[in-house]
Amino acid sequence: MKAWIAFLNILMKDMRSYYLKPPNISWGLIFPVAWTLMFFLRSPVAVEVRDLLPGVMALSILFGTTSMLAVTITFERKSRSFERLLLAPISLNLLMLAKTAGAIIFGVVNAFVPVIFAGFMTSLSGTNWLMVFGSVVFIAVTSTFLGLFIAVSVSQVFEAQTFSNFFRFPMIFLCGLFIPLQDLPVFLQPVSYALPLTYGADILKTAINDNGIISVPLSFLLLAAFSALLFAYSIYNVNRKWIH
Amino acid sequence: MRIIEAENLTKKYNGFTAVDGVNFHINRGELFGFLGPNGAGKTTTINMLTGLARISGGRVKLMGDDYTRNPKKAQALMGIIPDESNLYEELSGRENLSFCGALYGMDKKNREERADQLLHQFGLEEAGSKSFKAYSKGMKRKLTIAAGIIHEPEILFLDEPTTGIDVAFARQIRSLITNLHEKGTTIFLTTHYIEEAERLCERIAFIVGGKIVREGTVSELMAEAQEENLVNFALEGDFSLVEEDFRKNFPDYDFTKMKNNEVRIHSPNAFTLLPLVSFFEKKGLPVYEAKIIRPSLEEVFVKVTGIELKKMKNQKEGN
Repeated sequence: MKAWIAFLNILMKDMRSYYLKPPNISWGLIFPVAWTLMFFLRSPVAVEVRDLLPGVMALSILFGTTSMLAVTITFERKSRSFERLLLAPISLNLLMLAKTAGAIIFGVVNAFVPVIFAGFMTSLSGTNWLMVFGSVVFIAVTSTFLGLFIAVSVSQVFEAQTFSNFFRFPMIFLCGLFIPLQDLPVFLQPVSYALPLTYGADILKTAINDNGIISVPLSFLLLAAFSALLFAYSIYNVNRKWIH
Repeated sequence: MRIIEAENLTKKYNGFTAVDGVNFHINRGELFGFLGPNGAGKTTTINMLTGLARISGGRVKLMGDDYTRNPKKAQALMGIIPDESNLYEELSGRENLSFCGALYGMDKKNREERADQLLHQFGLEEAGSKSFKAYSKGMKRKLTIAAGIIHEPEILFLDEPTTGIDVAFARQIRSLITNLHEKGTTIFLTTHYIEEAERLCERIAFIVGGKIVREGTVSELMAEAQEENLVNFALEGDFSLVEEDFRKNFPDYDFTKMKNNEVRIHSPNAFTLLPLVSFFEKKGLPVYEAKIIRPSLEEVFVKVTGIELKKMKNQKEGN
């Protein structure tokens, strides 16, 4: 019971200190608008907002979660305030869940910003909202744990940024959102299937436009597996690298 | 009762032995000092005791329970104040204290009351609502100490609490440490300031190169270094007038004339001052000061470790 007091306070502090700051809120609003505009301007034919929605949602989550978490944890490590958390009488698993919970919530909220915009521009009837919510949560969890994996792999804030991009940019183009998986070169297709975003984006495509190609239960299962793997590896790294 | 017991505690990093089989214990209510130069293994020892570093060898007990492999179960009973003020810059002093209380499972009402009490005790009431980044270095140090005791730990670990802060704040912090100790808090203090250790600690261990080279109470350490007993007498007259009589009356004592009216008497055995005072009185040389000369802890440290203190201090402060 007492551990949950620590969990909630770490979460609330991170929300206040990092996620509810004006630059982050504006990022959450500007990012989907910018992506949508980019597609409108670039495309020679009329673009259907509904077709863009899964991609914009997935990328909003990916960028929102990985950017903040990797940077904030690395920053707290540098300033040694993270030591204070490691010395608190709560398990390492609960501590890291508390540190990641803020990013997950931020990612989920970010995902629904483009949905609100899209709601004004087109009809979203026929969307499986339960599936949308499930996939948003799973994409947020895996992306956040990817951010955690990055945070525990680097020691400097700038390294966190660079390393994040190393994962994010290939994901954008290989997850099947903008180039269908079956149209990718054969040698790149295995890489696509090794990326968690591929499965999250495919569920969103199924839920919104009914044009996903992977079995939805399998995608959820694989996202859960990716999350567990990334979290377990991050905890292993924290134990190995931060508790010398 | 022993609060902490370290047995053969060892820390190795990639073949380098940072702490080499140290043994010590800390009794309840005691202020125990770890004194040594930079890189001696002081912080590594604290990190092992508190769970921030994995123990390579040996074991640690807290109130009789072995927690070598599971430091989490002991952390609730510890207050840890690192050598740098590592609170959250964006939070106010009061918020920082409350947050630290929450990390130890304190409910909101309790931790807010305790935060106010500590701000008052540490003279930071007015600064309580200011953000931590606006604090001076000394204020940050004080608040960091307050954060370490918000949950009223059984034992407090203080790593170099006065390093790098000005004299006035250092005095205030020493006074706070003394107050905490007087109220019964068990304290483990590391420092490279010998006068700080001498003034505050009941028992001290000298650590050099990862090994404890001497341990004992301040008086035990001094007694060990004292090769002979010395006493200075300041007299109202010239000692030369009674020199011969002194030799006859006290054949076991040797003496050195410091000034005409001042003499230092040496003896391999402990002194009984009364016969000496009576002798001088009878000879018409009343004693107006008699002072037993003891070696300072600084002399003991230099003698035991061979380390020059000035060099140690400059090294730590980066001069």
